[in-house]
Amino acid sequence: MKAVIVGCGRVGGVLAAALDATGHDVIIIDLLTRSFDRLPATFGGEAVRADGTDEEALRRAGADGADFFLALTEGDNRNIMAAQLAREAFGIGTVYAKVNDPMRAQAYAELGIGTVCRTTMMADALLGAMKLPMGSEPSVRAGAEHDHPPIGTAASSGHGEG
Amino acid sequence: MFVLVVGGGKVGYYLTRELSESGHEVVLMEKDRGRADQIADEIGSIVVAKDGCEGSALADAGANRADVVAAVTGDDEDNLVICQMAKHHFAVPKTIARVNNPKNEPLFKHLGVDELISPTRMILGSIEQDIPVHELLHLAPLSHEFELVEAQLTVESPAVGRTLLQLQLPSGCSVVALVRDEIAQAVGPETIFRAGDKVIAAGRAECEPALHGMLIGALPVA
Repeated sequence: MKAVIVGCGRVGGVLAAALDATGHDVIIIDLLTRSFDRLPATFGGEAVRADGTDEEALRRAGADGADFFLALTEGDNRNIMAAQLAREAFGIGTVYAKVNDPMRAQAYAELGIGTVCRTTMMADALLGAMKLPMGSEPSVRAGAEHDHPPIGTAASSGHGEG
Repeated sequence: MFVLVVGGGKVGYYLTRELSESGHEVVLMEKDRGRADQIADEIGSIVVAKDGCEGSALADAGANRADVVAAVTGDDEDNLVICQMAKHHFAVPKTIARVNNPKNEPLFKHLGVDELISPTRMILGSIEQDIPVHELLHLAPLSHEFELVEAQLTVESPAVGRTLLQLQLPSGCSVVALVRDEIAQAVGPETIFRAGDKVIAAGRAECEPALHGMLIGALPVA
């Protein structure tokens, strides 16, 4: 499987290495070359310095035809925008964005991108460790199915989501 | 009308001031506390020092009763998220986003932002109006004061629909080749010029006004 990861932080770096080690094609993208220092020397995927919210940059980096797209930078909105590009411009099926604001995490799951919320995840993990009841909000949400056509197709123009 | 402006840069500041002066109800959201206080000192207590990308902050600022949300921060991704949250979470009837990278426009439209304002595109448009797009392009100087030039033919070019013979180029210059549909070809007696052709010609500098007149159109009066 081909995976694109935007943001080579701790999580992005660990995931990229793990997917690479299990035989997947990995492209990891970051704005700063020095972020790639986090990758192990054995990493056999591609590390590309690019802006993950720029459609052309993603295309040049090889995002076309990816099976997975994970947006894991430190900015909620950068992740949301990158994930929506992956979904709408590249038609990638499995798309997740790290969104630490619980309200945005829920809103964007409803809009069709998967979200992972570190805030609820950590809170639940700590509550669980203290043997206390956890919150009711899930920390990982799959993107809701939606049927709007990809960007640039005739039916997509002027299409609002209401 | 109740307008919620997000982003207290220059655009957000003047927009808020103008709207307020013309009698609209306005709230400005600016996440930087120092900047928010500074603006509040100047235009009064209609500034909320919170991040307009946060759902709960939008709610506190009254997004659910806003007629218009204008996202005018310097970051496209923030403006997109502000408009989407306003639209989907708070059912705001009209969302306006400032788009800095013109290439983001299709995505923003596709995702349901109602109005896009792109300063980059406006300035680009204005520059392109001022500069004649089609001019003789100097490709290379040749020996004996000859120059190799290129002209892109438009529908307005006098040469379009005519052959080389009909053009009656001045003596001392010559059409060398033609690039059509990205293929270079020789210009024969039967070749009829079309709009979109790139015509490569060689000639002395004094032939240039004539070449310009035939291939591009009359020179504007200086």
